[in-house]
Amino acid sequence: MSKPLPTAVRTHLTALRALLVLTVLLGIAYPLLVTGISQLAFADKANGSIVEVDGKEAGSSLLGQNFNLPKQNPDDPDEAPRPDPQWFQPRPGAYDPKASGASNLGPNSEDLAKSIEDRRQAVAAFDGVDPASVPVDALTASGSGLDPHISTAYAQEQVERVAKARNLPVDTVRKLVDKNTDGRPLGFLGQPGVNVVQLNKALVEQK
Amino acid sequence: MSSTLAGWLQVLALVGALALCYRPLGDYIAHTLTSKKHLRAEQALYKVIGVDADADQRWPVYLRSVLAFSAVSVLFLYTLIRVQQWLPLGLGVEQMPGHQAWNTAISFVANTNWQSYSGEAAMGHLAQMAGLAVQNFVSAAVGIAVVATLIRGFTRNRTDRLGNFWVDLTRVSVRLLLPVSIVFALALVATGVVQNFHGFHEVATLAGDPQSVPGGAVASQEVIKLLGTNGGGFYNANSAHPFENPTGLSNFLEIFLILVIPFALPRAFGRMVGDNRQGYAIVSVMGLFWVASVALLTLAESHHAGSALQSAGGAMEGKEQRFGIAASSLFAASTTLTSTGAVNSFHDSYTAFGGGLTMFNMMLGEIAPGGVGSGLYGMLVLAIVAVFVAGLMVGRTPEYLGKKLGGREMKFASLYILTTPTLVLVGTGVAMALPGERAGMLNSGAHGFSEVLYAFTSGANNNGSAFAGITVNTDWYDTAIGLAMVFGRFLPMVFVLALAGALAQQQPVPATPGTLPTHKPLFVGLLSGVVLIVVGLTYFPALALGPIAEGLS
Repeated sequence: MSKPLPTAVRTHLTALRALLVLTVLLGIAYPLLVTGISQLAFADKANGSIVEVDGKEAGSSLLGQNFNLPKQNPDDPDEAPRPDPQWFQPRPGAYDPKASGASNLGPNSEDLAKSIEDRRQAVAAFDGVDPASVPVDALTASGSGLDPHISTAYAQEQVERVAKARNLPVDTVRKLVDKNTDGRPLGFLGQPGVNVVQLNKALVEQK
Repeated sequence: MSSTLAGWLQVLALVGALALCYRPLGDYIAHTLTSKKHLRAEQALYKVIGVDADADQRWPVYLRSVLAFSAVSVLFLYTLIRVQQWLPLGLGVEQMPGHQAWNTAISFVANTNWQSYSGEAAMGHLAQMAGLAVQNFVSAAVGIAVVATLIRGFTRNRTDRLGNFWVDLTRVSVRLLLPVSIVFALALVATGVVQNFHGFHEVATLAGDPQSVPGGAVASQEVIKLLGTNGGGFYNANSAHPFENPTGLSNFLEIFLILVIPFALPRAFGRMVGDNRQGYAIVSVMGLFWVASVALLTLAESHHAGSALQSAGGAMEGKEQRFGIAASSLFAASTTLTSTGAVNSFHDSYTAFGGGLTMFNMMLGEIAPGGVGSGLYGMLVLAIVAVFVAGLMVGRTPEYLGKKLGGREMKFASLYILTTPTLVLVGTGVAMALPGERAGMLNSGAHGFSEVLYAFTSGANNNGSAFAGITVNTDWYDTAIGLAMVFGRFLPMVFVLALAGALAQQQPVPATPGTLPTHKPLFVGLLSGVVLIVVGLTYFPALALGPIAEGLS
């Protein structure tokens, strides 16, 4: 008969067995169960709330997008993006889901202060408004870099510019903004906002 | 409705929901930790693991089981992360460098979830669900197991047996964490959190540009990330990412998940020691600090001090429109007062005082209400110190819950309290002394120092959030913060288990008129004072160089 293993080895083998058993239960069975039920009950949401235009997938209603003019020189990676006046513009950001994240610039950062001032001038000129009236969400980047929402104030600021660029009555565009405003869930959770992706989708569908 | 009113209603609703859960959940946890009966499923698990579920362990054996389980977990996770690209659902990620995989493995085993990698770029689905998410469950269960032994130290007399680690681990996972996770994972999917096994899904946006929509088993991992006070995001943007936290409602559910177990554990404690009033006293101290922190943090962010924030007209840099100031501050206070470290907004861009508060929350030792298990054992150690201090003041032998607090007990309590500040302050000091490591700061001056101080505070306290501008994916930071996480997690556990062993050996002493009542408001005040003075003041000089200097300049 072989000698029994030393206690320390036995403890670690017990630990390994425990980890493997729990991995099968909590790391395989549990996510599979949740995925199965989610795909049956909430397939649309579980798969990323995909929006479609004319039967073609056009992104997710939860992930913000850029609405820029085509690049003048597609080979130049440094070319500054130019916003397209036909679309409601999101908060500043790259909107690349492969690299979510924030600027992480501090409250007294000179870089941040300069970006904010540049954005204020650019947005005010683009929307034809007084620089002092540009709302804070138009000047600051979000935490995720994918924020699909803007404030109602920023959406209202853009209404006339979009209506003009699209030859639509201002009232029609304003109604679309109202329709795509998400209030606070249950009336008091979070903060209201206008979903830019949904709003711009509604613009496309406004034939 | 005004934003301020909505913000406070949100806090009130949260307090109400937590209060409703306090008794039933606390009683259920107490029952889970004390019941003599094993479920049939558990018996099957014990058979495979090969343990005698009815054999109680002495504290050194319990400790060795905790350490062996954690060591095996680190090795397993390290290996899984290093080979994930050759396994199914690898999503074509590149192999992670050794130092980063080591740091990540430790981080998740130590309930920290510090992330020097970016989720969407560095992790395949299999490593997320079978590696990281499993540790989210079991590291939380380990925390509750350890606090269970400390409570048993008070309830058991003249014994060297403190329970069976494998039973505690299994029961907390199977009876508590798993069922709650299933229910809330589905609730989160209903709000829009994704749950699938897709890789990146290429689409053309409305304007015609290419965009890659990510996939993942996110909801199932999100819920245990918060419920187990872990905090490691599926994606780099963590709970700010719309696929992790899509609406104001999901945000509310997530904050609730962070707080629900830590705030219910004092009830389990009161129940187990046979005096629910003891639980109320502890939860009062926790609640006091939490409410104060939420109020101060919301106030600081609403006033958006700081030259850049002033010019923007609000502290919205790094915050999501759908959450706003109030829901972001509420999340930030809750995540740093527990050991969670998930973020729905980026603390690096908070006002100097707001960001300083998130740091101070962690420095208090994450006890209000703290991480699952670790928060309560941290608070109980401080309660022991508070009783001892009171005993010195009136010149009597200090006793807590019928156990004498002698030299041996106080040594373990003191060692517990000294561990984390040592790790934080030495780590920060060394990093600041090295020019290469100083260069890791994104911001300059006092704010840059805060980034480094935050990193070590977060690591040693097993929080895992960051002033994320700092570049930490280097050999040095991965190693140093990895060490801070290991020692910050397991040294205190050693002292807690030793303390539990010392308490359980004693014969209980009957309460006399000279015994300090530990369920009255006087004790709540005394304990709060001890928390602020003993723990908080330790860090004051370091805070003065960082957030305070920045806020006053």
